[in-house]
Amino acid sequence: MIAELGLAALWLAAALAALQLVAGFLGARNPDTEMAALVRPAAVVQGLLCAFAFVMLLWLFAVTDLSVKLVATNSHSAKPPIFKLSGAWGNHEGSMLLWITVMALAGGLIAAVERRLPEKTMQATLGAQAFVGLGFYAFLLFSSNPFERLPQPAVEGLGLNPLLQDIGLAFHPPTLYFGYVGLSVAFSFAVGALLTRQVTPEFARAMRPWVLGAWVFLTLGITAGSYWAYYELGWGGWWFWDPVENASLMPWLAATALLHSASVLAARDALRAWTIMLGVVAFSMSMVGTFLVRSGILTSVHAFAVDPERGSFILVLLAIYIGGALVLFATRASSIAEGERFAATSREGALVVNNVMLCAILGVVLMGTLYPLLTEAFDVRVSVGPPYFNPVSAIFVVPMLLVMMVGPLLRWRRDRLERVKAPVALVAAILLGTLAVLLIVSTTGLLPLLGLVLAAALAVASFLPLRGRNLRRLPLAVWGMVIAHFGLAVALFGMASESAFSQEKLAAVAAGDTAEVGPWSVVLDGVHPVAGPNWTALEGQLLASYDGGDPIELDPQARSFWAPVQQTTESALATRWNGQLYAVIGNEAGAGENGARWQLRLWWKPFVTFIWYGGLLVALGGVLALLGRLFDDLKRRRVKARLAERRADEAELAAAGGRG
Amino acid sequence: MRWWWWIPLALFALFLGVAAYQLTQPKDEFIPSTMIGEPLPEFDLRPAAADRPGLSDAYFRDGTPKLLNIWASWCVPCIAEAPQLERLRQSGAEIVGVAIRDRPQDVAGFLARYGNPYSRIGADDLSEVQLGIGSSGVPETFVIDGQGRIIYQHIGDVRAEHVPLLLEKLREAQD
Amino acid sequence: MTLLRHLVDVLSPREGGGLGPMATRCWAEAPAFAGARAYLAAFLLAFALCLPAAAQQSLPPAPYAYRQLEDPRQEAAAQALMETLRCLKCQSQSIADSDAPMAGDMRHQVRTRIAAGEEPEAIRAWLVQRYGDYVSYAPAVSETTWPLFAVPALLVLAVLLALWRRLRLRRRA
Repeated sequence: MIAELGLAALWLAAALAALQLVAGFLGARNPDTEMAALVRPAAVVQGLLCAFAFVMLLWLFAVTDLSVKLVATNSHSAKPPIFKLSGAWGNHEGSMLLWITVMALAGGLIAAVERRLPEKTMQATLGAQAFVGLGFYAFLLFSSNPFERLPQPAVEGLGLNPLLQDIGLAFHPPTLYFGYVGLSVAFSFAVGALLTRQVTPEFARAMRPWVLGAWVFLTLGITAGSYWAYYELGWGGWWFWDPVENASLMPWLAATALLHSASVLAARDALRAWTIMLGVVAFSMSMVGTFLVRSGILTSVHAFAVDPERGSFILVLLAIYIGGALVLFATRASSIAEGERFAATSREGALVVNNVMLCAILGVVLMGTLYPLLTEAFDVRVSVGPPYFNPVSAIFVVPMLLVMMVGPLLRWRRDRLERVKAPVALVAAILLGTLAVLLIVSTTGLLPLLGLVLAAALAVASFLPLRGRNLRRLPLAVWGMVIAHFGLAVALFGMASESAFSQEKLAAVAAGDTAEVGPWSVVLDGVHPVAGPNWTALEGQLLASYDGGDPIELDPQARSFWAPVQQTTESALATRWNGQLYAVIGNEAGAGENGARWQLRLWWKPFVTFIWYGGLLVALGGVLALLGRLFDDLKRRRVKARLAERRADEAELAAAGGRG
Repeated sequence: MRWWWWIPLALFALFLGVAAYQLTQPKDEFIPSTMIGEPLPEFDLRPAAADRPGLSDAYFRDGTPKLLNIWASWCVPCIAEAPQLERLRQSGAEIVGVAIRDRPQDVAGFLARYGNPYSRIGADDLSEVQLGIGSSGVPETFVIDGQGRIIYQHIGDVRAEHVPLLLEKLREAQD
Repeated sequence: MTLLRHLVDVLSPREGGGLGPMATRCWAEAPAFAGARAYLAAFLLAFALCLPAAAQQSLPPAPYAYRQLEDPRQEAAAQALMETLRCLKCQSQSIADSDAPMAGDMRHQVRTRIAAGEEPEAIRAWLVQRYGDYVSYAPAVSETTWPLFAVPALLVLAVLLALWRRLRLRRRA
């Protein structure tokens, strides 16, 4: 019953999307017809119906209804409740339902709340949103039905995969999906504006909160994914330029560029073509990413639901939506491209550099990720990994960061470098000073060195825009910018520090032996078996002391699950302000004089946590900027409303006085 | 200036084309060896089974082409291919085995259960020979000519339909 | 065996049914730890994990699979090289990060050769000679990989061109 209700709701939502599409495009020509009046309610109800369908799916998973195929293949009655729920989106069909739900809800929210744009543009935007939604509804209903029933209810579910039963992994997909789908809203806005030729600052102001929101979620999703991989996979790697990791990074890069571009458009009516193109590109990257990970076309650790048939469906959707939008862009871009002019040395100029660099980095990552696909068409197999991505993206990241240190200090439209002489000199001094110190004190590779130097300078430079301003009356959006840029510096520092200063120790130790890594001394107290709900493990007790201080206990485990048969490692971390000790226990390594010896892997990673603190700071900056804009908007509406009221009162008085 | 705006579309069309083509291709995860045509590397392996001698590269340079079978007792598809290897042996092919990371008792147990088509079996405990000839998994079967050169690589278990092909390759290597 | 067959059938739905082509070799040797990144496997695994019924890989790892070299500089060179060589049994991992036995054997090769004085690039070339470019995560410039390097160079030019055009000093309209 529940499943049927969910499916019915989904069909209804799809029907409403079709209605929204037709009405939207009719309304874009003539906003005063009756059809046009249906668009907003249709969007809102569609959102609610989808949400209902998703809640039904959650319910099915919560009660482990084994007559539903999806539950039978992906869940298990012995799973802890929180993981039962997160299992709802931890599979292809469920995650696609989540995607369409978020999209429909976002569409409903725009329909309910957005009043700034000309009605024609809103109609076109909602029509475009419905157009994109229909493709996904079709995908879900015809090829990936989450509510499909089994002819016979299964006896027990299959889905007790241990690696998915982790709280970090439970939240990673939803945050990323909110990000990807938020970008679909930006896409719809861009297409709507293109169709009605209304690429104006108002359009940018309407689109900006959505881009900010999506971007914040993407930042959080990528940060969470990176940290999860770091502690769960057992060797302390936090980024591998794996195709699926890149699939989440590429929309983020495009969204960052879009964010900045939209700000320029909103403030100065410049960079119109850039903003539209980035709006289309950002969502394209979301969809390309979805395609890459679900079609099985690239070799990746994340490869899930590898089904070429589903891949083909998504590819067709891609062709229609992105191809269509790009054709629209190509034919109309020249008519919207004339914006305000600005000098090279200006904030717009700096943001153009930012845009261009981000797009170049996006191009590099795209190239590197898709190149193996291209060569495989010629039966040649290559691998493209960190040794390519790191240096090549650095070519563009370094100039971007340098400009980022000075850009926020420049004025709009036209500025002179002499005016910002003092801050530039300070930044240059920090750059050179840090470089000198590092060259003397340590021997690290070029890239980590550059990273440390740029991070130090950027950290200081991000606070320079606060110079000489009244901090209590500073707009929240400016605080957002400062904190986000500072967060980037912190993350960069963490990345560079980990690359430059990590130390690793492999040791076969018996109980009572000591292994040393960096300033830590680690003693193995013993190894004994432990058991959990669906696993057994060998747990090592380690006593780690930093620089001769008090020992901390660490308990890494090597776990064996039995349904399905799988082995995992649970790493043990000791976190200090200046880094983390990462300990993993492996197999028995023969016997020494002191008894059985165990393979111990230890890493000392200085400042590695800054990577994720930085990511969180960046997201926080985005949240502040978003709130700042929202409060501004609310304030403006209140002021407008009050003004309108006052004018109405005055008109009344005048009329009354006229009569008297 | 107008043609610039078409670049994103053109790039996207290129991506669509490649992706669509790749979707139609069967996904093959095999990593072929690039040592085809190259001579075998030097190696000298201890015997893996009590009743068969060990293996060295010099053994391949006696003028007769042979089949080199990379296998292991812990490899399940090797069980499936055992009857086919026996067929090959009965058709006159000489099969030499390299057992990867295997204990003598496990090798003996496997051979007792599934038959022993090998004239010699070398024990490759560190996968040195496997790495040396560009093999990336078990089972794989190589055709080696009479001068110790690698002529052909068959990846995966040998099935009935592959037997004539391997025999053909051996014949070609003879000439 | 039935457990294996069941798992394989569920995990690799292929035309022809039964054990698909992927299950015809012990691809993954059930790499021991999550060090083999076979996670997110509730999403259908692309490749059937070959979980042998028999005693699996009872030989200990190669001597230098889990043992660092004595000389820290040599170990650092070995580590840097290992991080850029691909594990052939895994979905996408370097041999430094994988616990698959074959990756251990490759690490043993790398470390012993570095200890014997070989240059890292020579070791990489030795592996590439056997497995092709696929085994190295650092693409070298060749007739199959030149676009990888040409495109960033083109991008640099495009960036400079775009900036020069956009930022030329313009007078107000």
